[in-house]
Amino acid sequence: MSTQSAERPEVGPLSLEAPQLHEVRGPSTLGGGWRRTGELLYLMAVTEFKRTYFGTALGPLWSVARPLMLFGVLLVVFTQAFHLNTTVPHYPVLLLLNIVLFGFFQEATSTAVGSIVSREAVVRKTQFPRLVIPLSVVLTSVFNLGPNLVVVFAFILAFGVTPTWTWLGLILIIAVLSVLTTAVSMIVSSLYPRFRDVGIIWTVFVSALFYATPVLYPLSQIKGHFRDLIALNPLTPLFELAEKWVVYPKAESPVAATSVGLVLASLAIFVVICLAGVVIFTREAPRIAEEL
Amino acid sequence: MATEDHTATTSSTRARARRLAAGPVVVDVQRLYKTFHIPHERVDSLKERLTHPRAARGHRDLRALVDVSFDVHQGEFFGIVGRNGSGKSSLLKIMASIYRADAGSIRVAGRLAPFIELGVGFNPELTSRENVVLNGVLMGLGRREARRRLDGVLEFADLRDFADLKLKNYSSGMMVRLAFAVMVEADADIMLIDEVLAVGDAAFAQKCMDVFREKRDSGRTIVLVTHDMATVQSMCDRAMLIHDGELRYIGDPEEAALRYYRLNFQGDDRADSGPREGGVPDVNARLVDAWLENDAGERVTTIEQGEPIGINIVVEARHDLEHPVFGLHFLDSDGVQIFGLNRTLELDDDAPDRIPAGQRVRIAGRIENPLLPGRYFVNCWISRNRSIGDLALHVLRLLDFVVFGTQPGPGHISVEAEVQAVLEDGRP
Repeated sequence: MSTQSAERPEVGPLSLEAPQLHEVRGPSTLGGGWRRTGELLYLMAVTEFKRTYFGTALGPLWSVARPLMLFGVLLVVFTQAFHLNTTVPHYPVLLLLNIVLFGFFQEATSTAVGSIVSREAVVRKTQFPRLVIPLSVVLTSVFNLGPNLVVVFAFILAFGVTPTWTWLGLILIIAVLSVLTTAVSMIVSSLYPRFRDVGIIWTVFVSALFYATPVLYPLSQIKGHFRDLIALNPLTPLFELAEKWVVYPKAESPVAATSVGLVLASLAIFVVICLAGVVIFTREAPRIAEEL
Repeated sequence: MATEDHTATTSSTRARARRLAAGPVVVDVQRLYKTFHIPHERVDSLKERLTHPRAARGHRDLRALVDVSFDVHQGEFFGIVGRNGSGKSSLLKIMASIYRADAGSIRVAGRLAPFIELGVGFNPELTSRENVVLNGVLMGLGRREARRRLDGVLEFADLRDFADLKLKNYSSGMMVRLAFAVMVEADADIMLIDEVLAVGDAAFAQKCMDVFREKRDSGRTIVLVTHDMATVQSMCDRAMLIHDGELRYIGDPEEAALRYYRLNFQGDDRADSGPREGGVPDVNARLVDAWLENDAGERVTTIEQGEPIGINIVVEARHDLEHPVFGLHFLDSDGVQIFGLNRTLELDDDAPDRIPAGQRVRIAGRIENPLLPGRYFVNCWISRNRSIGDLALHVLRLLDFVVFGTQPGPGHISVEAEVQAVLEDGRP
C-alpha cells in the first residue's frame, strides 16, 4: 500500500506547524542520546543501591561489612600461616585496600552478567540506551566502593602510614579500574542472554583471577614464570601502583617489578578488552530484546 | 432514534477523517522488513553449541513483517489489527525502538512514547514517588519533567496520601491506578498503545477507552494495536490489517474490522476477496445498534447475577439475504464459547424467508442468566441459508458486559441441580 504515501500532499493545510520527521533507528548501545543515558544511568544505579541495602537491618553498612569480614579471614591466614606481615610492609592495610579494590571489580562484573536478563521487563518494553544497564551496575558498585574506601583510609591512618599527595593517584587508579570493569561488564552482560554458560564461567574465572592478581601479596613476593603470567594481567599494574601510591611509597613501580615489555603487554590486553567490550556490546545491543 | 445518531456520527466521523488525512504526517513507515530466526531447538549453552554445531544453524525464519509501508497523520487515532502472530506487536516494538528492523525506515515527528505494559520498571522496594519518576524517565521524559508531572499523577491516581509508601505495600488496585495515572499524564506527541493495557475488568477497560478518547479529542496522535474490533470501529479514524507480516488493508476501520473477521472465520482473505485494493467488500449486513438492558428497560453494561439479560441488536442488510440465520454466542473473557442460540426470521405464513437490501432486523428478547460473576462477550453472527455448521457470513460485533454478584463458583454458569450428599448406612 505504498500508494498511501504517494498521495500524501507535499504541504498540508497545517503546514505552518508541519512537524519535522526524524529517523527511528532502533535500539542500540547509546540510542536515545547522552543526556537520556546519563539520567537513566543515575536513576537506575541509585535505585539499585537503595534496593540492595534498604531492605536489610544494617543497610549500606553491609557494603563495608562484607569486605571487612573477608579481610579478617585472609588476614589471619596470611599472617599466621604464611607470615607475609614480616616481609611486606604494612601488610594488613595493603591487604584491605586490595580486597576492597578487587571486590569492586568482582561485584560489578558478577552482577553485570545477569543484569540484562534480570531487567527483562524493562528491556522488552521500553526504548532506552542499552549501555545503561551494565553501566548502572558498575556505578552502583562505585557507590558501594565509597564507604569502603573511608574504612580503608581510617585503617591506613590508624596504622601510622603518613598521608602523601600520591594518595590522590588512587582516584586515577579507580577511574582506570572502572573503565576495565565496564568493558568486562559489557562483554559478559551482552553475551549472557545468548550463552547462559557465561554466568558459570565467569564465577570460576573471577575467583581464579583473584589469585592471579596481586591482591594477597605484592608482585615482588612471586618468582618465576608465574610472576610473568601475573604481570600480563591488566589489573596488576593498577594494584602495584595502588600499593606504591597509597601504602608504601618505596615499593617497586610496576615496570621495575617486571619489565617494560610485560607492562606494555598488559596495557595492550587492557586496550583489547576495552575494544572487545565496545565491539561485542554494539553488535549485540540492537537485538538483545529479541534474545531474552 | 438511535439510528439517527448513528448516521450523524458517521458523517462527522468522515469529516474528521478527511480533515486529518490532509494534515501533516507524523509517522512515516517505509518498506519495513523483519525476520526472526527461531531455532528448532533452543541452543542456550556453549556445550550444546560445541557438541551440536549443526543444530545451531537449524532454525526457521519467521517473517514477522514483509514490506510494510504506511503513514499516520497528526491527530489521527490509528488502529493496527491482526490475529495473534500476525506481526502487529513486532511492528509496535520496532516503532518503539525495542526491536530493530532488518530493512526499511521509520520516521516520526516529536516524542513517541510506547505503552506496552502498565507500570514498566515498577520496583516494589521503592515508594510510589520514586517509581513514578523512574517510570517517567524510562518512558522517555527528562528527570525534571518526570518530577514536575509527579503531582498530576498522584492526583489522578488519588494516591497523594500514599506517595511515600513502598509499592509492595500497595493493593493491586492501587498499583494499577498508579500505573494507569502515569500513562494518562504522559505527554507524548505520539502514543503507541498495546491492547494488553486494556485488560482487566470491564470498568477498567472502559476507563482506558475514556482516556484514549480524551487524548484523541485533545489532538494527540494515537497508534493502537488491538484485536478488539469494537474498539477499532468506535475509536479509530483509520485502521490497518496485518496478516502473516503483510499489510492486507489500510483505510476505513469498518472495512478493516470486516476483513479481520473474515480472516478469522475463513482462514484467509485472499481466497475470495479478489483484488486486494479498491474492491468493494462483500458486506452482507451492517450493525445499526446493539445493547443490553435490564428489566426496567435501561441500557446497561453490568448485570447482576441471576437477573435476566435483555438483548437488543438491530442490523441492516446491505443486499438481499436469503434464509438468514442469526446466531448469538456468549463467550468468556478468553473467547471460549459458553452458550449460544440461533434464530431464524419470524415470518407470516407465505412471506419469503429473505431480508431485502436496506431492511432492518431487530433481534431482541430476554435470556435467562446462568452466568457466574465475570466478564463476558456476545458475538452476533449472520449466516445465509439454514445450512448446518457455522458458516458465518458476518460477525457483527462484540457486546461486552460484566456480571456481578456475590456467589462466584467454578466455571462460568450455575445450573439447577438436585444433588445431595448423605451419610450411607452401615459401618463407618
